[in-house]
Amino acid sequence: MTQIHVSTTINGDAVEFLCEAQETLLDVLRDRLGLTGAKEGCGTGDCGACSVTLDKRLVCSCLVLGAEVEGREITTIEGMADGEILHPLQQKFLEHAALQCGICTPGILVAAKALLEKNPDPTETETRYWLAGNLCRCTGYDKIIRAVMDAAEQMRGA
Amino acid sequence: MRYEAPRTLESAVALLAGEPGSAQILAGGTDLLVRLKSDIGEPDLVIDIKRIEAMKAITAEDGGWRIGATVSGAELGEHDGVGAAWPGVVEAAELIGSTQIQGRATMVGNLCNASPAADSVPALIAAEAVARVTGPDGTRDVAVGEIATGPGQTSLAKGEIVASILLPARPARSGDAYLRFIPRTEMDIAVVGVGVSLTLDASGICTAARVGLGAVAATVLLVEAAAAALIGTAIDEAALERLAAACSAACKPIDDKRGTIEFRTKVAGVLARRAAAIALARALSGHSTARKAEK
Repeated sequence: MTQIHVSTTINGDAVEFLCEAQETLLDVLRDRLGLTGAKEGCGTGDCGACSVTLDKRLVCSCLVLGAEVEGREITTIEGMADGEILHPLQQKFLEHAALQCGICTPGILVAAKALLEKNPDPTETETRYWLAGNLCRCTGYDKIIRAVMDAAEQMRGA
Repeated sequence: MRYEAPRTLESAVALLAGEPGSAQILAGGTDLLVRLKSDIGEPDLVIDIKRIEAMKAITAEDGGWRIGATVSGAELGEHDGVGAAWPGVVEAAELIGSTQIQGRATMVGNLCNASPAADSVPALIAAEAVARVTGPDGTRDVAVGEIATGPGQTSLAKGEIVASILLPARPARSGDAYLRFIPRTEMDIAVVGVGVSLTLDASGICTAARVGLGAVAATVLLVEAAAAALIGTAIDEAALERLAAACSAACKPIDDKRGTIEFRTKVAGVLARRAAAIALARALSGHSTARKAEK
């Protein structure tokens, strides 16, 4: 089977890769490009652990084919911190202990960042609905929500 | 499996019609990619239609709105014109899946996936929306209710693609609404879904109504008896009672883990009344009016 050549932009950098037609963006990120921050939880778009943005839209990378991203712009959790400086959301997740096993955390951070870019001052209800597609089996969500709300407040003040 | 991303509708149709094996259209991919990973397996060809410019647009047409096949739920929800004219259709499409799913899933895909529980379809049927189908023999317009013929089955012939859906112009004093029942508040498949669209005259009498009922039969139903219960009335308590009874009577549901026959039958009536009340309030508030084309 001939592989497909794809040129795209990931976290601001031009990237080229070869992939099979049926390969998902998540598989490409993890297995071909070494970007293992996005996780495969369910592989069917239910859990959000593989969340990335595609042309600024939050998507599940397990439901995108690698071949589809030719000429698109992708951001992943690897693009979130500025070098050694954590993004306010990452810092607040640490302060609030908003994670336990950590599998869902990259997806939730990417999703929360997309929320705050669209709505810098969300209500708790809006935040909970926005993150309804990100499942966490450890924390019970309260710490996650508190961390996001706190980060939003800090970012509004900045 | 091969992957193609044609630039024109004509080339997409040619690829689809010319494939000797199995071929699938890829729009949002939120159903298709799940299928690729399932026991059903991969088709021989996947045709990604998102590189076709004409399919990306929401355009004003004859006082209504034409929604391209690759418009995502998020894009639809952000469009003020469609939301003002057809709030029930937009709220139905926005109920599909999570934020992540909304970033990809399309209303045309929801229609063509042909699930009896598709959220946008009862609202589209209530709206009397029309699908524009293009195939090797040309283009035809089809009522959205005629696309699905059974669970996962459509009336589309080989090589045919639903390129867009037209939401028609609305008279003044019109409103629509969609409600569904799920066992929680988000992220689930409708146990029952009801779309209601109605129009009032200047004295508040209902002159036109359509009711679409989902997840209670093999395809989404257009319940004419339910609409008849509203037409000619001021949509008072007695009319709503008759509407509910007509919806319950139209149900031919399955019994499954998500809802029993008895439950679905009862809830269809309850939701229909509530959806009609919301549609009525929208019609009275002028929330939904025939909007002039903005561009």
